[in-house]
Amino acid sequence: MSTVDTTSSATAETHHDESGKAREAFRTVTNDVAWIAEAPKPHKAWLAVLGVALVMLGIGVYSIYTVIMTGIGVWGNSNTVCWAWDITNFVWWIGIGHAGTLISAVLYLTRQGWRTSINRAAEAMTIFAVMAAGLFPLLHTGRPWFAWWMLPVPNDMGSLWPQFRSPLMWDVFAVSTYLTTSVLFWFMGLVPDLATFRDRNAAKGNNLKAMIYGLFALGWRGSARQWHRYERAYLILAGLATPLVFSVHSVVSFDFATSQLPGWHTTIFPPYFVAGAIFSGFAMVLTLLIPLRYLFNLQHIIKQEHIHAMCKIILATGMMVGLAYGTEFFMAWYSGNPFEKFAFVSRAFGPFWWAYFAMVSCNVLIPQFFWSKWVRNNNKLIWVLCIFVNIGMWFERFVIIATSLARSFLPSAWSYYTPTRYDVGVFVGTIGLFLTFFMLFFRYLPVVAISEVKGVMPEAHAGKGHH
Amino acid sequence: MSDHGSHGHDDVPAGEGKLFGLLAEYDTPGELVDAARKVRDAGYTDFDCYSPFPVHGIDEAMGIKRTILPLLIFGGGFTGLVGGIALQWYCNAYKWGWNISGKPTWSLPANIPIAFETTILISVLTAFFGMWALNKLPQVWHPFFRSERFGRVTDDAFLIGIESDDKRFDLEGTKQLLIDAGAIAVESCHKDPDLSKAVMPKWLLALIVASTAFALIPLAIAAKARNSKSSEPHYHIFPDMDFQPKFKSDQPNDLFADGRSNRGEIDGTIPRGSLNADDVFYRGLEGGDWTHGFPKTYPDGREFVIDDKLVKRGQNRFNIYCTPCHGYDGNGNGAVPQRVKLNGGAWAARNLVDPKADVIRMPNGQLFNTISNGYNTMMGYGAQIPQSDRWAIVIYVRALERAQNASLDDVPADQRTNMPGGTMGGGK
Repeated sequence: MSTVDTTSSATAETHHDESGKAREAFRTVTNDVAWIAEAPKPHKAWLAVLGVALVMLGIGVYSIYTVIMTGIGVWGNSNTVCWAWDITNFVWWIGIGHAGTLISAVLYLTRQGWRTSINRAAEAMTIFAVMAAGLFPLLHTGRPWFAWWMLPVPNDMGSLWPQFRSPLMWDVFAVSTYLTTSVLFWFMGLVPDLATFRDRNAAKGNNLKAMIYGLFALGWRGSARQWHRYERAYLILAGLATPLVFSVHSVVSFDFATSQLPGWHTTIFPPYFVAGAIFSGFAMVLTLLIPLRYLFNLQHIIKQEHIHAMCKIILATGMMVGLAYGTEFFMAWYSGNPFEKFAFVSRAFGPFWWAYFAMVSCNVLIPQFFWSKWVRNNNKLIWVLCIFVNIGMWFERFVIIATSLARSFLPSAWSYYTPTRYDVGVFVGTIGLFLTFFMLFFRYLPVVAISEVKGVMPEAHAGKGHH
Repeated sequence: MSDHGSHGHDDVPAGEGKLFGLLAEYDTPGELVDAARKVRDAGYTDFDCYSPFPVHGIDEAMGIKRTILPLLIFGGGFTGLVGGIALQWYCNAYKWGWNISGKPTWSLPANIPIAFETTILISVLTAFFGMWALNKLPQVWHPFFRSERFGRVTDDAFLIGIESDDKRFDLEGTKQLLIDAGAIAVESCHKDPDLSKAVMPKWLLALIVASTAFALIPLAIAAKARNSKSSEPHYHIFPDMDFQPKFKSDQPNDLFADGRSNRGEIDGTIPRGSLNADDVFYRGLEGGDWTHGFPKTYPDGREFVIDDKLVKRGQNRFNIYCTPCHGYDGNGNGAVPQRVKLNGGAWAARNLVDPKADVIRMPNGQLFNTISNGYNTMMGYGAQIPQSDRWAIVIYVRALERAQNASLDDVPADQRTNMPGGTMGGGK
């Protein structure tokens, strides 16, 4: 091996009292994050959550098997309410994913240093949420084995091509671009930290682990020339992901807004959907991270002030969503369109009134608690409130989809919607899928962006001009 | 192990490979930047700094040129934009035009969302893969990885590595430079002494070969299927969706005595809303014979009032449905007979207003029936014109007959002076 010089006399005098302090601080961050993946036995609570998640995933696999083998007739969808839980869940999951991109890209561009403690976990959440979301339109087609028809592939069917002017095609492109970008962005951020894991395992002689982590670390050396290009690429990716995240939920909202159905056919949808997406996504980040930061002792990395900041974002976006609800009603009245008016009166007081009031109370009233600093310091309460926000945002998508379809132009077509156990089963399954992946991520990968946290520490600027 | 003097640039002592370079550790990021500037000022080029995170100011200290990556990404984005538009144009406007209500096959606004997404997608792919390519990664092995100290770069170490290939490299002099720049430790790094031992584990090689071969199987099956013929029908994965147990309306059906799948109305029943009990209104019959009058009421109970409005309605319907053959005057000289005449034919439409012909003498009910069900070559208009409008046409035809055969006595006295020439052309 290499030979080492103890540069005794030459450097002793250049040393100051602070020697080693900065390095110790960096080492602490590495240890605080890496121990989760290095602990010989997983945490009991982690095992319990993973167990529950696997059971839910099993329910989902069985339900999806039935849906594919029998057809989507096993769902509660009907000719009238032709989009129901499936599309509700799709929009809900995609929206949750958006907070991850917002944290990793938008907060990066706006130089919000606090994002470094949560961006890795939030980006992982994005990927798993988009995976869960993608299942629903795929199953909704009824014949998922023909899903490749949505890709512009030369084929034997008279060279039949997809209809690119359909918002559903826009969805295909937007969601797949979003998933690709999220995965690449996330992986790129992971590489320096995977190199950390590689080197720690190599130092301990865990050769197999070192090799696996090393394979994915791509031989990262942390050289300044590599960092230079890496940082440029990271900045540009953040710049690309920002318009992308806004476009994705806008395109999702076009699925509704470009139709003629009262309650869907409104220009407010793109900003309204994006605000709702950020709202629900931040709630999901807090739902996941508040317990995990306790379990894995990350309180000094994911600090209370970070939770404060996220609560404030939830409050702000919650009020944007509330403004959108009000604007919809105002426009229904102001447009003078009787169908539009009817759609909104029926939304609030029609057969799904309970869903509408669940939505308004969870999305507009519940976040008002975050005005209080006492609430923002009470993590258990925040967690409960965030669960309510998640429920409320699910209901928002359901209200938009089901109430509009159930009461469209023709009274003879009016109908009600009741989910079947397969609707519930597939939804539960995607929650299981999401949690399973998230738990595995938390156990085996660097859950905090170690190198980014180090970069924003005060010690990162230490030792300047001492010579 | 402080003595490096014995081996120079190319010495290879026992247990050591060829010298690759020197690694020096610094205490803080700031000291690393200062040291990097000194190394650069000393004229070194084959050196690099290693740190757990991007150190602020190091690019300028080392003299790193700005990467061309942004330009590449711009090129990627532009390719994505043009490619996205071209793809949509080729598929939807050129190769397979969609005719939807006669709208143009190419309209840019509806193609912008996908062009936007492809722009982002290709930019992102260029940024991601371009960055790794410019960084010459993946490179799983590097001589510095042999150093335990280098393993701490991803944790807490701030290192400068100077490679022995540098023109100015001189073991002692370079080491002294690094120490003078504030290093807390300096070590030399060597290449692997015996590269032949550095082979991939056999099981890993076997795994890669096996999985590559395995991955080719579906491709091989697809290639075989595309290049061979089979008399077997397509394989139906879910046959119950392709062949559903149901009858279509024109298929034979053994379940019924008449062998038809399509079932008619049951004898002695009338569909809801099809009773049509009012003989006069629906059929023009009164006591089994054609009525000479008009219905008393509409089916919804309103009184049947013959007024100016109804006559105007009749005129409007007549002008739409009847004039092509019967003409605006009802004299049978519409556009169709005129064209027949032009082509040398002899057919003419019936003259509705000729006092010597029989139409003028038909009862109202028979006229209504003719409009409903047709007469000779005239087809029935019952499917197109509702009963109330048919009655309006009957009234208008009656008005036409009266007008075409009117005399001056039919004009109210106070209107006679308004007549052109004081007389009426039709009053023979």
